[in-house]
Amino acid sequence: MDNAYVPFKEANAFYGNLYQFLTDLTIFGVSPIPDWLAYLIAGFLIVFSVINTVVIITTLGTWVERRLIARFQSRLGPNRWGPWGLLTPIADAVKLLSKEDTKPDGVDSWVFNLAPLMFIVPPILIFAVIPYSHNAYISNLNIGILFIIAVTTVPTVAMFMAGWGSGNRYSLFGAMRGVAQLVSYEVPMVLSIVGVLLFVGSLSMVDIVERQFVPFILVQPLGFFIFFIAISAEMNRSPFDIVEADSELVAGFHTEYSGMKWGTFQLAEFIAPFGAASIMTTLFLKGWEGPILPGPLWFFLKVGFVWFILLWIRATLPRLRVDQIMGLAWKFLFPLGLINLFVTAAEVLAWGDPTGSEIWLMAGINWTIAVVCLVISSHLVSAKLTTRNSVLENAGNN
Amino acid sequence: MTSVLDAESLARKLNDFIPDVVEGHSEGDVWVKAESIADVCSQLKNDPETNMDYLVSVSAVDYIEYFEMVYHLRSISLNHGVVLKSKCWGREDIEVPSVTHIWQGADFQEREVYDLMGIHFNGHYNLKRLLLWEGFPGHPQRKDYLEDPR
Amino acid sequence: MPIRTEPITVNIGPQHPSTHGVFRMRVTFDGEMIIDVEPIFGYLHRGSEKLAEERTYTQVITLTDRLDYVSSMSNNLSYVLAVEKLSGIVPPERAMYLRVIVAELQRIVSHLVATGFFLNDVGALATPLMYCFREREKILDMFEMLCGARITLSFMRVGGIFQDAPSEFWEALTDFLEYMPGYIDEYERLITGNEILLSRTKDIGVLSSEQAINSSISGPILRASGVKWDLRKADPYDVYDRMEFEIPVGTVGDNYDRYLIRIAEMRESLKILQQCVNQIPDGPIRADTANLIRPPVGDAYGHVEGPKGELGFYLVSDGGISPYRCKIRSSSLINLTALKDMLVDTKLADMIVTFGSVDINMGEVDR
Repeated sequence: MDNAYVPFKEANAFYGNLYQFLTDLTIFGVSPIPDWLAYLIAGFLIVFSVINTVVIITTLGTWVERRLIARFQSRLGPNRWGPWGLLTPIADAVKLLSKEDTKPDGVDSWVFNLAPLMFIVPPILIFAVIPYSHNAYISNLNIGILFIIAVTTVPTVAMFMAGWGSGNRYSLFGAMRGVAQLVSYEVPMVLSIVGVLLFVGSLSMVDIVERQFVPFILVQPLGFFIFFIAISAEMNRSPFDIVEADSELVAGFHTEYSGMKWGTFQLAEFIAPFGAASIMTTLFLKGWEGPILPGPLWFFLKVGFVWFILLWIRATLPRLRVDQIMGLAWKFLFPLGLINLFVTAAEVLAWGDPTGSEIWLMAGINWTIAVVCLVISSHLVSAKLTTRNSVLENAGNN
Repeated sequence: MTSVLDAESLARKLNDFIPDVVEGHSEGDVWVKAESIADVCSQLKNDPETNMDYLVSVSAVDYIEYFEMVYHLRSISLNHGVVLKSKCWGREDIEVPSVTHIWQGADFQEREVYDLMGIHFNGHYNLKRLLLWEGFPGHPQRKDYLEDPR
Repeated sequence: MPIRTEPITVNIGPQHPSTHGVFRMRVTFDGEMIIDVEPIFGYLHRGSEKLAEERTYTQVITLTDRLDYVSSMSNNLSYVLAVEKLSGIVPPERAMYLRVIVAELQRIVSHLVATGFFLNDVGALATPLMYCFREREKILDMFEMLCGARITLSFMRVGGIFQDAPSEFWEALTDFLEYMPGYIDEYERLITGNEILLSRTKDIGVLSSEQAINSSISGPILRASGVKWDLRKADPYDVYDRMEFEIPVGTVGDNYDRYLIRIAEMRESLKILQQCVNQIPDGPIRADTANLIRPPVGDAYGHVEGPKGELGFYLVSDGGISPYRCKIRSSSLINLTALKDMLVDTKLADMIVTFGSVDINMGEVDR
């Protein structure tokens, strides 16, 4: 099934069984469900279950995130509703749904109302091509990773729609920043993925996992690093959250939204880290594969780990300024991405199909290059960023 | 300890600079003519002996018959201070020269005095109300504010 | 067709997460660059100066609490110093020591809040803020032991203080002095050397020493600009002349210096507190004054080095039971004079950071 379009029923065990069951179903000798309806029902059921799983996990994720960040900040976090506050997300949802949906005067209604929808669909679409386990995915697109890159840019359009349609200047600032940020960070992100693709020789997410002889973080450390930063910026996570920048732009592009429209934006922003963690797990951490434990559990553990690191960064780092973020993309990540690409290309040329010892040699070379590059370039970036002498030393001088 | 300048010698010095500018003095306080406040201040700032480089505060007190402008001046380099006062007689259209060109720090304080006391500062580049909104009736810090027919 | 651009005017505030209250700036942007700033005040104006003219000298103390509600003790102290100067009352020694103790505790509180919100403005998602508030809570507990209140304290009285400190206060204070240096180290470890913080704050919002003096800037901002001026040393009140401490002074006068100064001042405050605890004598805590103070006719200006700068009260007495005129020299308001000079030609994000580093309190700006 290399690089070929695989119909659902062959690719997905659950789907195939369901389809088979529906078409084979006979009541009094007639088959009440025609072929097309079985196809539709089975497809709907699996998509429905995946979307809802994603949304439910995200909802629980908001609770985990709030509790964890509270622990980072030495406070308790939400603990009132249900055991350990587990029902807090539900209470939030009820509150948001029952809130009045305000719309300020002078907004562009169509654009304003469409933006939340456009914002939440792409992060969910990512999960269409993520393989959760062996033969467990909605679709094995032969252009899976390209699909993801395409889909992750769509929220920016929604962001701009929200920012422009609101008729609010904070929103406009946020939207303009968002567009600039996306344009900058798409380049290093794609460059870092290309390294992986050179090894795999396929764009399909399933192929990427199955052909990872070792987790690609070992042979692509620089790629992982760049991808991690770029995807954080892409989904506006701290320290790149200039789009929302609550201390500067109130809430950025969704300043004027209230009720469930605002909730939709929030939900999308909570789904995005899970999507990003899933992509990173698939590309760099060997997806569902791992010893002893079953595939879905491995996948979930890896995603949770990456998600936790994203959270950790969010709770720790201050925000960069808009020009510094652009500078980081073009002066720091872009050259590193090129270096990574060339080195990987040379290695693929040298060892077309690497064996055991060659892999470890490759890993050694790449890690050395990654460390050297990072040290040199971070010195270049932070040459003038030394801490100042203690202000107390000046006390005697004046 | 911030020392207080001897008012008598300071008064003599100021009188040498601008004749008859000083109307009176007591310990630490010097009363000068309202119309020459800015000249006196710039003299006090530029004279290396006084070197009043820091304007602590600008206040106005309503004594019914007259308003008293009070300038607390201080020299950070020499660590001494003096209080300049000047009496502005009357209730309406009181004008005092602004000292914003000498100390930028007078900017908001003069605007506040204008806002709450209704004293105009000639030469202030942006004399608008500070705390109250434009069009607020009267100047509430005045003693007769509540008696104003509004 | 040539592309036409035009500056965009944005009202930052009065409702904005980072204006520390109801401050409003009308900012004109060229893209993200600031070309003009016009501060607009008055959204929290309560007429404290006018109200003071209707109240007795003791009652005015409660008004001063509500000026800078993050540092009520310093406000109280400044006011009672002015009244004491006006009426010639000398408080007993123990009261003076206790005043210094609470004033320094209040300085730590205010600097904790300032540092926390400053880092929040830089964008550190409330983590440093929560760290800072953790210790602030301990100090507020101590204030509660002293006078039953946590924010609006009204602890000072003319000629002394409200009541002597209970024994648990001293235990809490000793504990606090033990662990607080470690916590300040923790803040520093958390973020002082962070490269994002450095790149966001160094050489941003620079204020030269000449301009700082000319604009009547006071407090940590003046010292960050390289002027070694602290009223606790230059014009000591209460028992500050017996204390040994350093005045931290910055070199550049940028946001980073202001942040460092506040951290260093917290450490110096701890030194002062330790000395006070060692030196404090036994004795009465209030001078023998009449309940209704009638200062002689005259005027007096009392000031303290508050956490945010020089807070002064200019009182005029006509011999009655309430001040004839009570002018408040508000450090927060006057520190904003140089705001425009600091902000022009920086970016929107820098504006928030610079404004956070100035550390104003709207209660004191608008009075």
